[in-house]
Amino acid sequence: MANMSLKKNEMPVQDPKVRNHNFEEVALGYTEEQALDEAARCLNCKNKPCVGKCPVAIDIPAFIAKIREKDYEGAYEIITRQSSLPAICGRVCPQETQCESKCVRGIKGEPVAIGRLERFVADYHNAHAKAPAQKPVPNGHKVAIVGSGPSGLTCAGDLVKLGYDVTIFEALHLAGGVLVYGIPEFRLPKTIVQKEIDTLKALGVKVETNMVIGKVLSVDELLADGFEAVYLGSGAGLPRFMNLPGENLKGVYSANEFLTRVNLMKAYQDNSETPIQHAHHVAVVGGGNVAMDAARCAKRLGAEKVSIIYRRSLEEMPARKEEVEHAMEEGIEFHVLTNPTEILGDEHKFVKGITCVKMELGEPDESGRRRPVVIEGSEFTVDLDCVIMAIGTSPNPLLHNTTEGLEVNSHGCIVTDENGLTSRTAVYAGGDAVTGAATVILAMGAGKQAAKAMDEYIRSKN
Amino acid sequence: MFQILKKQPLNPTVTLMEIDAPLIAKKAEPGQFIILRVNENGERIPLTIADYDREKGTITIIFQIVGATTEELNHLKEGDCLHDFVGPLGTPSHLEGLKKVAVVGGGVGCAIAYPVAKKLHELGATVHSIVGFRNKDLVILESQFKAVSDKMCMMSDDGSYGEKGLVTDALKKLIESGEQYDEVIAIGPLIMMKFVCALTKEHNIKTVVSMNPIMIDGTGMCGGCRLTVGGKTKFACVDGPDFDGHLVDFDEAMERASMYKPFERKKHEDTCNLFRGADR
Repeated sequence: MANMSLKKNEMPVQDPKVRNHNFEEVALGYTEEQALDEAARCLNCKNKPCVGKCPVAIDIPAFIAKIREKDYEGAYEIITRQSSLPAICGRVCPQETQCESKCVRGIKGEPVAIGRLERFVADYHNAHAKAPAQKPVPNGHKVAIVGSGPSGLTCAGDLVKLGYDVTIFEALHLAGGVLVYGIPEFRLPKTIVQKEIDTLKALGVKVETNMVIGKVLSVDELLADGFEAVYLGSGAGLPRFMNLPGENLKGVYSANEFLTRVNLMKAYQDNSETPIQHAHHVAVVGGGNVAMDAARCAKRLGAEKVSIIYRRSLEEMPARKEEVEHAMEEGIEFHVLTNPTEILGDEHKFVKGITCVKMELGEPDESGRRRPVVIEGSEFTVDLDCVIMAIGTSPNPLLHNTTEGLEVNSHGCIVTDENGLTSRTAVYAGGDAVTGAATVILAMGAGKQAAKAMDEYIRSKN
Repeated sequence: MFQILKKQPLNPTVTLMEIDAPLIAKKAEPGQFIILRVNENGERIPLTIADYDREKGTITIIFQIVGATTEELNHLKEGDCLHDFVGPLGTPSHLEGLKKVAVVGGGVGCAIAYPVAKKLHELGATVHSIVGFRNKDLVILESQFKAVSDKMCMMSDDGSYGEKGLVTDALKKLIESGEQYDEVIAIGPLIMMKFVCALTKEHNIKTVVSMNPIMIDGTGMCGGCRLTVGGKTKFACVDGPDFDGHLVDFDEAMERASMYKPFERKKHEDTCNLFRGADR
């Protein structure tokens, strides 16, 4: 008998006043009872509208049915047929705009908490699984993956399961890409990322860190070296700035730099050798998930006041609703319809303030959102000592510059067909390098699509 | 893991290391840099490649002990390994086609100026090297510079070695004596590069400088290394580290380089105390 409650089981979370002083995970995960109760809300619809909205097409009603039977390993097996990174997706996917947006239960009431159930299953497996993953039978073909972020890991996971000899080349000293340098510990614990990578390694994936492809080896050298196909999942790239006066003052960070110092380099731990500014009042410019992450990190580092400055209104904010709510609960202030015009410095060139203007919404622009327009005479100045620019990235030109015939569009993003094939034979690409900054799950979907195409290509050739 | 094959102190605060890194050695060019981490929890620090040997598969780095990480690095011995070593990063120096060049090196910057002078010499250019140090004890790479230079000026701030004065004094003298350079390449402290550029601008001589700002990833991801060059924001790690010196905003670069000075000083002191304990 289905559970007809209109509400999802609430996710247990750390108290906001406690968690905004620590880096431990905010959402604590369902207990078994909560998972069973939530799983009972699924109607197991025949036409499965949720599956169609999942970028990697997980058979959602089937895994939820396994939860109802208390066969959690069975549920895990169904999820991992499609996803190599369930513990990660269960935490960072924007389910509200994907699977859960089409859930029949959402028509009257709240949809089934699919993301939370996925997380429960993955965490259960990681806590209980004993036998290491079985290595697939090798098929004798070698493939290379550039970048170990969500798209590269997914592509690697799918190909290794098909028997390929997979090597991932990562530029940084640690695998995981944005999952380790960008998304903070309190939203995605790094032990979970490591566990998913270890699972891939147990399946036979090789990970070579400290390898900047395009510098130490070119894509053509990889192909000449016996890799039959190459997947480029090199990520988003160079941080954007607004070209404001004062943007190079001390105390102005790109979100990438700030988050890398905090997450990858562990600057929040006392024993870290990487310095970070412990500011009193921080402004984060931007309204995406990255802006929320940066603001919440700044708060946890001890800032008395953290303000989000965003030029449109709350409704247009691209960040997930849950992230915005969490940030608000933690005491982050939101200054919407506000845009900075200048960052002010003291005599030692440290940030001392920011000048902003108020905005109002005008006619819709090409994105369909109403264009923010400056309100004349609305200029005001606020005292603060740190500004974090979280306004997006533009693609890194490294692979394009060093790979002859690799086509990019006017924004510098790698051009691919719907299967991820680039303008070069045997070279595939996906994730932020192709789409510009997007989500973990879209990058995973692209990695999955490309893995399929790479397998077909190699099989057709041999 | 990247083994230290050779370690040689060049002066009390500057050390040379040869690192086993065959893939990087195969591709490295003058002007490029590497990023290393000493240990698992270490900081990522950029160092410009001082030399490379494609056959032996080695990269030479020369570093000055300035903070906690370089202190720890200096405590490693031959046979020890670096945890991480990544490169070659940045764009190589453009040296082809130059016929006569003044290479100006200041202090530990000479470690980076040397491979440039060497490459120019190999390409058949006339090389005038002007190297400056605070005093005699700090002189490095003198014989190496001599071997690749058609003319060499050794300067010291206190006159304890070579001629007393700054590198700009020597460069000014050469220019005023009628030497015509296609280009001046200046590598050293920011303040030195700033004044070399001020001088060469007066004489309208193209000048290239090598910038070494604070960096994290070194691949164009973090933007920490940004500089203002010709009024535009540039990333030293992907657009540089070489830039047209007449366009670089040195005052801003000097300010940005001082961002973490207090933190570094404290960490350095902590590290010194730590090692003092261990040495006992």
